[in-house]
Amino acid sequence: MGRYLIQRFGSMVVSLFFIVTITFILMQLAPGGPFASEKKIPPEIEQQMNEKYGLNDPLHIQYFNYLKDVAQWDFGPSFKYTGQSVNDIINRSFEYSLLLGLESIFLALSIGVFLGVIAALRHNTSVDYTAMVIAVLGISVPNFILAAALQYFFAMKLGVLPVARFDSFLHTILPAVALATTPMAFIARLMRSSMLDVLNSDYIKTAKAKGLNERVVTYRHALRNAIMPVVSYLGPLVVAILTGSFVIEEIFDIPGLGAEFVNSVTNRDYTVIMGTTVFFSALLLVSILLVDLLYTLIDPRIKFGKEGGKS
Amino acid sequence: MKKVLEVKDLNVFFDTYKAEVQAVRGVSFDLHEKETLAIVGESGSGKSVTSQSIMKLIPMPPGKFAGGSIKFNGEELIDKSERQMEDIRGKEISMIFQDPMTSLNPTMTVGKQIAESLIKHQNMSKAQARKRGLELLELVGIPNPEARIDQYPHEYSGGMRQRGMIAIALACNPKVLIADEPTTALDVTIQAQILDLMRDLQDKVNTSIILITHDLGVVANAAHRVAVMYGGKIIETGTVDEIFYNPTHPYTWGLLGSMPDLEGDSDEELQAIPGTPPDLADPPKGCPFAARCPYAMKVCENHMPDYFELSDTQKSACWLLDERSPKVEPPESAKVGGSKRDEQ
Ligand SMILES: Nc1ncnc2c1ncn2[C@@H]1O[C@H](COP(=O)(O)OP(=O)(O)OP(=O)(O)O)[C@@H](O)[C@H]1O
Ligand SMILES: [Mg+2]
Repeated sequence: MGRYLIQRFGSMVVSLFFIVTITFILMQLAPGGPFASEKKIPPEIEQQMNEKYGLNDPLHIQYFNYLKDVAQWDFGPSFKYTGQSVNDIINRSFEYSLLLGLESIFLALSIGVFLGVIAALRHNTSVDYTAMVIAVLGISVPNFILAAALQYFFAMKLGVLPVARFDSFLHTILPAVALATTPMAFIARLMRSSMLDVLNSDYIKTAKAKGLNERVVTYRHALRNAIMPVVSYLGPLVVAILTGSFVIEEIFDIPGLGAEFVNSVTNRDYTVIMGTTVFFSALLLVSILLVDLLYTLIDPRIKFGKEGGKS
Repeated sequence: MKKVLEVKDLNVFFDTYKAEVQAVRGVSFDLHEKETLAIVGESGSGKSVTSQSIMKLIPMPPGKFAGGSIKFNGEELIDKSERQMEDIRGKEISMIFQDPMTSLNPTMTVGKQIAESLIKHQNMSKAQARKRGLELLELVGIPNPEARIDQYPHEYSGGMRQRGMIAIALACNPKVLIADEPTTALDVTIQAQILDLMRDLQDKVNTSIILITHDLGVVANAAHRVAVMYGGKIIETGTVDEIFYNPTHPYTWGLLGSMPDLEGDSDEELQAIPGTPPDLADPPKGCPFAARCPYAMKVCENHMPDYFELSDTQKSACWLLDERSPKVEPPESAKVGGSKRDEQ
């Protein structure tokens, strides 16, 4: 296992290297500069700023400096918020995003799995149809529309939940629901079809033929096998939650990393754009690694690094 | 001999959205103590539905019992609740399935899968169940049980998995073991080993076996009596000798004719039975085999014959046995020389 982890870690470093390089190149290709704005800055001042931030150095020097800094987990100073480093911004805003993300992942997984399982157990009944209608709606309604609808009903009409910001647990509910709904619906459908497959499989018949009751058959034998596709979906789930958070954090005015990223793009805050991109990528790579490790725990057929054993 | 199982006039139908599929239509048979009854017949003839009905493992809906009775040790199973059936499944009646690759749970060790029924039916502790599990693995001929018991099914070979399945099925010394094509998915050599094992264990644990197969070679080897199924009905039944040496139903002739002669010294062609089995959603009024039967008469199409009793043990449902019918000799291909019985 140790060797496997080292291998995986190595390939993560390589991936990150390419991501940093590509972001760097893309940023260079984008027209305009960090100090371009509606207000004309006097050229001498712009020159001075460029000097200060090292933007007058030859490109490859800039690139190597940036690589060196990133290797030390230092993303440099922000161009827009004077006196703040990109690391400060990430550290400050990430806890909001993390909380929102975890809450959404929890919601998506628990409700999605639950809906999928009962839909499969009550296959072709009204319970099944209801769950699947919810799922289809959840998949087809974009999260920003759902967010607005939730704000309208629960905050403005009913007044039971705060409309925006992120100060207490109550504040987290609406954005988490808005963010979780699409993946939740996806998981529900995934879980239902995989559960139906498993319930029709021979080993479930074997389990029933042993005299085990339906509850034991469902929970001990079916669930663990049926959950595999959902575990493989955890990687894409993290991606969905991350990208969804850009929009949702804006809508709910949450000072999280997603909102920060969106702002940095509109501000052309180069270092923040690059820093958050690299940070998101690292986060994603780590989550995928965790998912793979989890998979090997749940499915004994998957060994570290290779699929299937001897059979 | 004592009857363990008495199936009388069993009807099992499925409500599909197109039509009602009459999978099993008036099947009756008895199973005696320590006996092996083979049920043979083409794909779709209702063998699996019959056997799974005995354990009430048919999903209902879409399935339903449309009459008949299944008595186990004199007790009616059809009236039993799901709760009561749970105490019978795995303890009194067990089942092994065709494909050992898919009939074990891939995410649970073989030991745990054996232990489950011991814990459920014999109130064993985990430690006791493990000990018994080791004995069972030993009994079914799995080498090195100490290591094997904690392995997952994918670490077993096909033959070993079927042995594991047998260990699970026999864990609680059931009175009846239903084996639904237990060797179809295995290599020929492994097949013979598994059949030997089943015969061996039958003596040791005094189990009656219902052996479902479409391989008459397996029947010759392993069974005492045979029931031949076609189109949801048993069309002929008798002892193995009767079915092999004195078959009377043209479908049985066809089956015997399509059986390979494993000694391979004859040039006789394998005779597949031409035609297709009847559509059980719209079963024929008369004999289900009439459409494919080279000897079919007018009466066959419109009336299902009763059983003609040929001996205490042999019965056959064919109009050819009626005294008014013309005398018909079984075809050469259905004649079994000594070779077919004794091979393997
Ligand atoms: N759940 C079901 N719904 C509808 N029809 C079914 C169902 N299960 C079985 N049948 C039908 O019942 C008939 C008998 O099936 P069965 O599985 O008993 O055949 P079999 O003799 O075991 O064949 P095989 O040799 O292929 O296993 C088939 O026509 C099948 O289509
Ligand atoms: Mg079958």
